[in-house]
Amino acid sequence: MTRTRLALAVAALTVGATAIAEPAMAQNEQFFPSLVYRTGPYAPNGVPFADGVADYWTLINERDGGINGVKIVFEECETGYATDKGVECYERLKGKGPTGAAYFSPLSTGITFALTEKVPGDKIPLLTQGYGRSESRDGTVFPWNFIALGSYWTAADVAVQYIAKEMGGLDKLKGKKITLVYHDSPYGKEPIAALEARAKKDGFTFKAVPVTHPGVEQKSQWLSIRQDRPDYVLLWGWGVMNSTAIKEAAAVAYPRDHMIGVWWSGAEPDVTPAGDQAKGYKALMLQHGPGEFKVHQDLKKYVISKGKGAAKDDFAQVLYNRGLINSMIGVEAVRTAQEKFGKKPLTGEQIRWGFENLNLTEARIKELGFEGMIKPLKFSCSDHQGADVARVQQWDGKNWKTISDYFTADQSVLGPMVKEHAAKYAKEHNITPRDCSKSS
Amino acid sequence: MDTLGPFLEILIGGLLSGVLYSLVALGFVLIFKASSVFNFAQGAMVLLAGLALVRSLDLLIGYGFPVWAAVVLALVFAGGVMALTAYFAERFVLGPLVNQDSLTLFMATIGLAFILLGAGQIIFGSDVYPLALYPTDAWILLESVFPGGILVNKLDIWGGVIAGLLVAGLAIFFQRTKIGRALRAVADDHSAAQSVGISIDWIWFVVWLASGLVALAAATVWGTKLGVQFSIVFLALKAFPVLIIGGFTSVPGAIVGGLLIGAGEKLAEAYLGPFIGGGIEYWFAYVVALLVLLVRPQGLFGERIIERI
Repeated sequence: MTRTRLALAVAALTVGATAIAEPAMAQNEQFFPSLVYRTGPYAPNGVPFADGVADYWTLINERDGGINGVKIVFEECETGYATDKGVECYERLKGKGPTGAAYFSPLSTGITFALTEKVPGDKIPLLTQGYGRSESRDGTVFPWNFIALGSYWTAADVAVQYIAKEMGGLDKLKGKKITLVYHDSPYGKEPIAALEARAKKDGFTFKAVPVTHPGVEQKSQWLSIRQDRPDYVLLWGWGVMNSTAIKEAAAVAYPRDHMIGVWWSGAEPDVTPAGDQAKGYKALMLQHGPGEFKVHQDLKKYVISKGKGAAKDDFAQVLYNRGLINSMIGVEAVRTAQEKFGKKPLTGEQIRWGFENLNLTEARIKELGFEGMIKPLKFSCSDHQGADVARVQQWDGKNWKTISDYFTADQSVLGPMVKEHAAKYAKEHNITPRDCSKSS
Repeated sequence: MDTLGPFLEILIGGLLSGVLYSLVALGFVLIFKASSVFNFAQGAMVLLAGLALVRSLDLLIGYGFPVWAAVVLALVFAGGVMALTAYFAERFVLGPLVNQDSLTLFMATIGLAFILLGAGQIIFGSDVYPLALYPTDAWILLESVFPGGILVNKLDIWGGVIAGLLVAGLAIFFQRTKIGRALRAVADDHSAAQSVGISIDWIWFVVWLASGLVALAAATVWGTKLGVQFSIVFLALKAFPVLIIGGFTSVPGAIVGGLLIGAGEKLAEAYLGPFIGGGIEYWFAYVVALLVLLVRPQGLFGERIIERI
């Protein structure tokens, strides 16, 4: 046998051995799909979130060797924030890995609406942190949806409470005008029901003004706001729509400190294009803001310094941190499920149980390095939101500053709405709500 | 006066917005006029020009150049990038397709659009880059006549001035220069123009360069308005109805079409929108365009094509 043939034989044996070893390794991997938008009009907001999601999963692998030894394998699929592409990505990734996809987080209310119809059949949880169907909080009707930390109804309610506090009390809202400038999509329309309910309860006049995708042209909307002079403007935008709204507000001299954006209108890419015109603009916080916490030290040590990080300038920005939290909730749900089903790759159905039984206490949040970013979160069979609080931040021209304490959404308004809308959905889709007293 | 003031404000705002759409539409007209190619890549060219401008400007200011010098050098650099794009488009995309069907050329520009979008974002980044070349505050006019006055944005006025200068410059270029006449000859018939010694390669390079420079002018205004970012590409969608109304071959038509679309969509949004749910301005522009197509398929200022059989 010549030297060349010997080398070829060794190479063939090595390849063969690897081929045999690979399925064995793959058996101890949990597959995490990642629907992202790193290109297109919403990329400036999609990229930092996707970076945070990816970096946390990398951290778990690099620092801990996976979730209790089960390595995370993840794959990104580009949706461009388009519902059709999102569904295509879902179909492509749902069966990957030894046990299929762990859960999906589409970062799009439109895609969430579409996948909500699909996940019960495929038995895969849908983690929609701070977006999606507000009534999906009701786990009896939406067993596969987990709208963690807050819904758009939570956001709308907290925004009204904040305005009332600025005005000196809820009774001061009577006769006032609040206008919602919203992205004309399922996302933007979602808070309208809650704001109408609050307007009825508190006696203010509510007006909703739609802006067509992607929101580059808003002149007529803001000229009508100039004529109407509402006391406050709520902004439910995404991507370029946010900075354009702030610039148009400045052009018609609408005070920026009377504008309150939802938590998807309160990140760095929303304000920096508007420069000084964004000074004073306020936005809700999905509990957290930007900045470095203990988990960031670990990220620097185990991921960024080793050149394995996705983050660039977006490290510790608002949406990067939201991506970290999203992954942390998902990883902890898998860990919770492992306590019941064993430390091995789990199916979507088993991970759904993990989500439903997830209890992130203050101590556990501290242990994970997220202290100061979020408050405790506890899902249950009937409550798939797990928390109901938000804060307000303000852009000072360079940084976001937290300017309020936590507000808790008023369940006397939102509770019946969730029940009513969930029951309507159940009737339309022929769903029999689960009996949570019988769930284990 | 209570209702006239808001009406005038929306009308003026709409007319000025329309001029900004015309800035993008002009680039389409230039290429169509000279080569009968509908350039699908025009929106991508505006983005590329804007990215080249803003990224080089930031870099130069970072190196301590005075702002005026940085602006001039950045404009020169962005112009150079557009010249390279014109060369690339002519040499590798359109040149090999001379005398092919216009649909083939159109499909080639779709491919070009994706290449420019991808290359632009890979080279210059895909973030939002603020640009502040023009003032963005507003004048309040006629306060003594109308309650609250009439708001006119200074940036829109700048857009109007730039559009006016471009139209005047292009009119002189097409009517009074040798290259302009050659461009018109090529537009009429590639083969006939070639047979009398006109270099198609050179003419197409010149027209793509001119279109690239118009894209750069549009990028300065829209970049200041929105920040330079991917969404600028969507302005091409705003330019389509403008072209349908004004005609694909008319420079003044692009301006008039822009004025009609801008005023029409803004008035429709303000006065019709509240009755049918709002958010109508995007599709309303196309409704107006379709109505014009039904009456004058060549647009208000387009050339009427008579084919003898």
